[in-house]
Amino acid sequence: MDRKQCCVKLSVQPSRGLMDEKFIVLVQNALPGSQLTIRALHQCEDGHSWEAFGHYTADTTGTINVSEDPSIRGTYSGVEQMGLLWSLRPIPGSKPGLRMRKKNIQTPMEVTISVYQGHQTEGFADLVPLSGVVVERWYMAPGVRRIPVTEGGLTAALFLPLGPGPFPGLLDLYGLGGELVEYRAALLASHGFASMAIDYLTSKFTIETGKMVDRQYFETAYRVLQQHPQVCKSRIAMIGLSFGTSITLKMAIYSEIIKLSAAVCISGTHVQPVDGSVEEILRFPYKNVGKTRFSEKDEVICRDLMLPIPTDPSLKADVGRLQCPLLLLVGEDDQNWPTQESALNIKEMMAQAGNSHLLTVLSYPNAGHLIEPPYTPHTRSSNFRPAGMPEKVMCLWGGQTVEHSRAQEDAWKKILVFLRENLYGDRNPTLFSHL
Amino acid sequence: MTQAVPPILSVTPSRALVDEKFQVLVENLPPGCPVTLCSLHRSEDKDDWEAYGHYVSDHRGVVSVSEDLSFGGTYTGKEPMGLLWSMRPVPGSRKGLRLRKINVCTPMLVNISVHSGHEGFRDRTPLASALAERWYMAPGVKRIDINKQGVQGTLYIPPGPGPFPALLDMWGGGAGLLEYRSALLASRGYVSFSLDYLWSEYLSADVEFKYFETAFNIIRNHSQVIPDRVGILGSSLGSMVAFDLTAYSTIIKPRCIVCISSNHYHPPGTTLKAGFKILSKHFHKAHFDENNHMSWRSFALDLIADPSNNVEVGRINCPMLLVNGCDDQNWPTVETAEEVARLLREGGKEHLLSRLAYPGAGHLIEPPFSPHFRATKFIILNSKEKVILLWGGHTKAHSDAQEDSWRKILSFLQLHLYHSPSVKANL
Repeated sequence: MDRKQCCVKLSVQPSRGLMDEKFIVLVQNALPGSQLTIRALHQCEDGHSWEAFGHYTADTTGTINVSEDPSIRGTYSGVEQMGLLWSLRPIPGSKPGLRMRKKNIQTPMEVTISVYQGHQTEGFADLVPLSGVVVERWYMAPGVRRIPVTEGGLTAALFLPLGPGPFPGLLDLYGLGGELVEYRAALLASHGFASMAIDYLTSKFTIETGKMVDRQYFETAYRVLQQHPQVCKSRIAMIGLSFGTSITLKMAIYSEIIKLSAAVCISGTHVQPVDGSVEEILRFPYKNVGKTRFSEKDEVICRDLMLPIPTDPSLKADVGRLQCPLLLLVGEDDQNWPTQESALNIKEMMAQAGNSHLLTVLSYPNAGHLIEPPYTPHTRSSNFRPAGMPEKVMCLWGGQTVEHSRAQEDAWKKILVFLRENLYGDRNPTLFSHL
Repeated sequence: MTQAVPPILSVTPSRALVDEKFQVLVENLPPGCPVTLCSLHRSEDKDDWEAYGHYVSDHRGVVSVSEDLSFGGTYTGKEPMGLLWSMRPVPGSRKGLRLRKINVCTPMLVNISVHSGHEGFRDRTPLASALAERWYMAPGVKRIDINKQGVQGTLYIPPGPGPFPALLDMWGGGAGLLEYRSALLASRGYVSFSLDYLWSEYLSADVEFKYFETAFNIIRNHSQVIPDRVGILGSSLGSMVAFDLTAYSTIIKPRCIVCISSNHYHPPGTTLKAGFKILSKHFHKAHFDENNHMSWRSFALDLIADPSNNVEVGRINCPMLLVNGCDDQNWPTVETAEEVARLLREGGKEHLLSRLAYPGAGHLIEPPFSPHFRATKFIILNSKEKVILLWGGHTKAHSDAQEDSWRKILSFLQLHLYHSPSVKANL
């Protein structure tokens, strides 16, 4: 039986960080060569508990540095500085199909990181750790303000960085789950973009009238953002995930009012009835509902509903007409939408039209549909209810955890570089003549 | 018409403990552009404190406070943390101010901004701003008010199951209860008790002595404290109490002590207040500098020359760390440390002692990046008279001393309270 160690010191630096920042987990003063388990525990807003852990061996100075030393086994293995976050999964006995998404982004995600004697794999609740610390992970940097937006019938939230500005603007759209999803916009504001998260499926308007919004809703959002005194009118971009991509492409190409400086499309497709309303675009895949497949665990695979990629130009957003840079992100194991096939077709169309210099495609092997900000736990499948539908289904999103997590990290870095180049770049020296 | 897009200012990390460094970076400036980086903080007393440095961007349009030189301002040279430690009250403020946080459950907010140009930068609106949170309390640290067995103070407990090594933490005279150092020590893994000891009239020196012993035992007996790993950390008058307790107590045995701005003056049989009364009888001998700031150093030197006035530090048997400023104008702390060394040498115990004496540092040696105060308002305990006391120190040297000494205090505590083997056999 191992001797109980005393005075093992655990530290996590920084103890308060943004969601996309790395931390260093350090164990000191352990018995040299001792076997230890480092575990993360998080209770999400729904009350479910999530955990991650790694098995380590202290070196001859009694130290473990998670960013340098390998985890032998656990929910992650190898040298994984952030493994304690990205490999979080519901504790054993949890109900299936959970997904971790923070609703209230004005408070931090709290994670308790503890170190236990020995190599433990279960029953942590009954064990007393040797040491434990609390780490806060924030979506909002200090000084970022959240401003609810209801002007023009919008259901949205604007996140403004601190300072006089003016800041480049961003319209941020998630997918068919609806509701106001704010965390990515909050994080982008923490990087200097005035970001507006928009609820376009379960907005107050839709709830009250039963009608779906259309193009004018997004044009209103664009106008409201543009008119804000701290937003740079001529530097507005749009970022969309899943169905949010369909809206982004529609607006970027066909709107007379929306003039984007850049567009980011994550896990999306350009397949849509070009003359269709937003509602028609939404309903389009369901024409092929018979092509729905099921995994061996009975998870719903939707990717075939929009395959094959049509040859009929009226069924694809005409990306050849795009006039702004486009960053396309694809998970090659996406089981929900045919994003890889779409990306290939978009490439062909733009090459033919002569605007492929605007296109950058980032394609990640073994990543799934839900490419979220870094260190968000990977969700391979979850209980999902598209807005307006009566029932939840177990939806297969795809992805293998390790590669998906690496993809999220890389994608985020590249999204930030892309946005900064296109929204902050090309500064005009004469505009600084007063300096 | 295109609008100018502002430069991008970032402070990383934006939320940190007060003893952690940050990186201030400005990007997207024109190349070779003169700018001023400015920090602004509104204290709990509603005074405004500021610091600033003049920079010139490189040809990528970047200013990095960690890498580049400040050409002037409240600090010059390569100073990653200059925007904090060189803070002083804005022009037009009240005199003799001191910056100390009372409520440590909330962070200190520092607004960092970048302005165009050097001269007259204040007349121009900033180009960009960022907000930094500086915390004394790490997440999960618990704060508990203590009012037990007549002892008052505040206890800070680190997160985790414990048990932990612990510290009795005592400040000097002239302030209310200051908790920030204990909060920070708890954030570094020590149960820390900030003791309130100047609030009541003790009947006698013995009763007062018992107060401190009781306080120490309250910590020692706490369920989350390892009983044989309790130390004492005292500054100024608090360091005298540390010496006194350690030298004379038969019932408490600190594992180690840290004395910042060492003071061993304690006429036998006197309470602290009575001792202070004796001290104040010498105020007419105080030296006043060209700004009419009062220094006690020279008459204090005479007082401690008589060993019968002082704690018999030669009786101490535990490791000690003494941290002092060579430009201390309030108390002859370096001479005190030398005397401690001499007495321990005589007893063959010099190996117990570590001394740090910082050239150019003054009396008020605080946690890192705290602004330096050469002289501040002070209310004389007994008479309630207000004076401006000269503490000493020159800002840059003093700030370097604060940073270096804190690191060394933490490593001293880690060695003696975390690492060293228990007196009892370890299982």
